[in-house]
Amino acid sequence: MRINVLLFAAARDAVDSDEVEVEVADNATAADVLAAVGELSPAMQALVPYCRLAIDSRYADASASVVGAKELALIPPVSGG
Amino acid sequence: MQSATWLVQLVDEPINMAGLLSQIDNPDVGAHAWFIGVTRRRTAGEITQTLFYDAHRSMAQAELERLASAASSRFGLRHLVIVHRLGEVPIGQASVVVGCSSPHRAAAIDALPWIMDELKKNVPIWKREHFVDGKTEWVHPK
Repeated sequence: MRINVLLFAAARDAVDSDEVEVEVADNATAADVLAAVGELSPAMQALVPYCRLAIDSRYADASASVVGAKELALIPPVSGG
Repeated sequence: MQSATWLVQLVDEPINMAGLLSQIDNPDVGAHAWFIGVTRRRTAGEITQTLFYDAHRSMAQAELERLASAASSRFGLRHLVIVHRLGEVPIGQASVVVGCSSPHRAAAIDALPWIMDELKKNVPIWKREHFVDGKTEWVHPK
């Protein structure tokens, strides 16, 4: 299936877009989505190991299913404050 | 025991401290504690011109609400305010304000560093440094 992933900060700059579409298996997990996003560019490949995936605005475990998710977001290491 | 109340805001303009002070008022508290995070000019020898904050706004709001709930329970706070500014925050201005009140001072004082540590770990907000030499970079602690 093809799914959209929201991008922020350096991840957005890495592909010059605030959203990407990736192809993953129909039973894909958060880890599968992270791996697919990492394939998009060398800069993204370097960043993804430090990122978390959020499913519907909640951080997801690597094994969490993304099936039925309304929103997926790649969350690079945060730096608020 | 009264239940805790909290106010969580993401704002795009300077944080109005004066307007926040009364948010944690309560006749049954004995302590108000505040933390104001301001943008710093010098980082590791480099001079910052300004800072820019971006966020996954709806998720940041939700994470801050979860953080406020957890902090209120953990420290027995009576009231809590967390305000984070987004967009450009010039040097010396507040990017984040946390205020809390509790019956005794230890809880309010101890809550502040815990809240800031959790905020810096989990709330999807990012800062981009703009240095005086023209360089810009996102801050992504690893």
